[in-house]
Amino acid sequence: MALMKYAPQALKNLFMKPATKKYPLEKPVYPDGSRGHVTISIDECISCGMCARACPNGALKVDRNAGTWTIDRFDCIACGYCVLKCPKKCLFMEKGYQTPGPEKKEETFTKSPEVLAAEEEKRKEAARKAAEAKAAMAAKAAGESKPAEEKKD
Amino acid sequence: MGKRSVIPFGPQHPVLPEPIHIDLVVEDEKVVEAIPSIGFVHRGLESLAEKKDFNQMVYVAERTCGICSFQHGMGYCESVEHIFGVEVPRRARFLRTIWAELSRMHSHLLWLGLLADGFGYENLFYQCWRIREKILDLHELTAGGRLIFSVNKVGGVTKDIEKEKLEEILRTLDEADDELRVIRSVFFEDRTVLSRLKGVGVLSKEQINELGAVGPFARASGVRVDMRMLGYAAYNELSFIPIVSNDGDCYARCFIRMMELFQSIKLIREAIGKIPEEKEIEVPVKGNPDGEYFMRVEQPRGEAFYYVKASGKPLLDRMRIRTPTFANIPALCEMLKSSEIADVGLLVLTIDPCISCTER
Ligand code: SF4
Ligand code: SF4
Repeated sequence: MALMKYAPQALKNLFMKPATKKYPLEKPVYPDGSRGHVTISIDECISCGMCARACPNGALKVDRNAGTWTIDRFDCIACGYCVLKCPKKCLFMEKGYQTPGPEKKEETFTKSPEVLAAEEEKRKEAARKAAEAKAAMAAKAAGESKPAEEKKD
Repeated sequence: MGKRSVIPFGPQHPVLPEPIHIDLVVEDEKVVEAIPSIGFVHRGLESLAEKKDFNQMVYVAERTCGICSFQHGMGYCESVEHIFGVEVPRRARFLRTIWAELSRMHSHLLWLGLLADGFGYENLFYQCWRIREKILDLHELTAGGRLIFSVNKVGGVTKDIEKEKLEEILRTLDEADDELRVIRSVFFEDRTVLSRLKGVGVLSKEQINELGAVGPFARASGVRVDMRMLGYAAYNELSFIPIVSNDGDCYARCFIRMMELFQSIKLIREAIGKIPEEKEIEVPVKGNPDGEYFMRVEQPRGEAFYYVKASGKPLLDRMRIRTPTFANIPALCEMLKSSEIADVGLLVLTIDPCISCTER
């Protein structure tokens, strides 16, 4: 009985296209939203390090001074948690799995020189302002402590 | 009475994708005793709870198993959500249900294929896996991953399934439904299949209750246990009745899983019909969990426990997972007693063993 019911399917199978693809000759088609690998639009990154702290696998490194964002693709499990956590929304999950390789190596993204220079400028500006504020604070403190000393006398 | 000898079964064996070792004490061709040992792939997932914060643990919990990964993530998230006392939006609960049932389908199809391969019906094996491929494509389309979904988070889900994708799911399920009907007739009626499955490895309801087996394995012996009856996620809003058989043999186990495939299709269709239109799919969760909770979910292989204990810190005090295969091993060993040595491979397969989850 079962044979009779299965026979049409068996015949169909004979003339069907194979269900498998000839990878890598034939490129696979991934749907949109497939979690393949993480990419960064590095110039928008503010090097806050949220992604590196969130990553369950410790696959990310962020260096604020050098302006780099480093990922070890072999440690990354493509969970997408860093993408969720990034406050600037500059991380993306792209389709296409990472390529295999004979050794574990990291991939580093560096900010463009203009962005780096602008950041350096900002940092200097901030440092100058901080120094000024500190000097003002010190002067104020000195001014406040004098009357106290006088009273002691 | 013949001479007794011991035959080691596993950890490497053609029917086993994963390592479990069973010492079979045999007399002639009959097994008289089976002594299991596990621990070949222990991964220490539970102790990672001391190193990763409770949000990161979602991704760790999910990787307990490669087959029922979604339900692991969901079980963990639901237990933490209960500790927080947050109510997950209704749409998120429906989405969780849809994903959970899709992953049940893929798991059962995988098992049916392996079973067919186990009794030497290669053609049927490929037939099952071809349908499974469609379900996996649905996973990738909706969640972004074929096996590991990573869509759960404490407080809801991270991705929505849009209307077009829901329609795509329905379309694919219609196709799968038709194709499943064809292979169902082979599993249920084919003479060679029946001769391998009927009356093999019978366990009674009393034995199952005594040994605490769970899931389709227990339901095949007439025990009405199914954690979906507890109504977590959106199961309380769907018309769900567990499928139970009274035979307790390998055929009944095959029957249960096959019928659950159709049931899953029905549940997904119903869930898609009832899914609310609202936009909300997550609620913000603030602070750290404080308290403990005990969650039970029904995975494709049976009931899984999650115990989470936290004391107001980002790191959990304890996370404990008990997976269904762990609960099924005692009953498996009981079943192996008095079986033929040629049937051992098949019998081990019929509990749908997932050894890596057992070892966590
Ligand atoms: S979280 Fe975003 S902005 Fe912050 S360091 Fe990472 S990529 Fe840059
Ligand atoms: S996708 Fe996950 S594992 Fe990969 S870098 Fe981001 S957080 Fe880390």
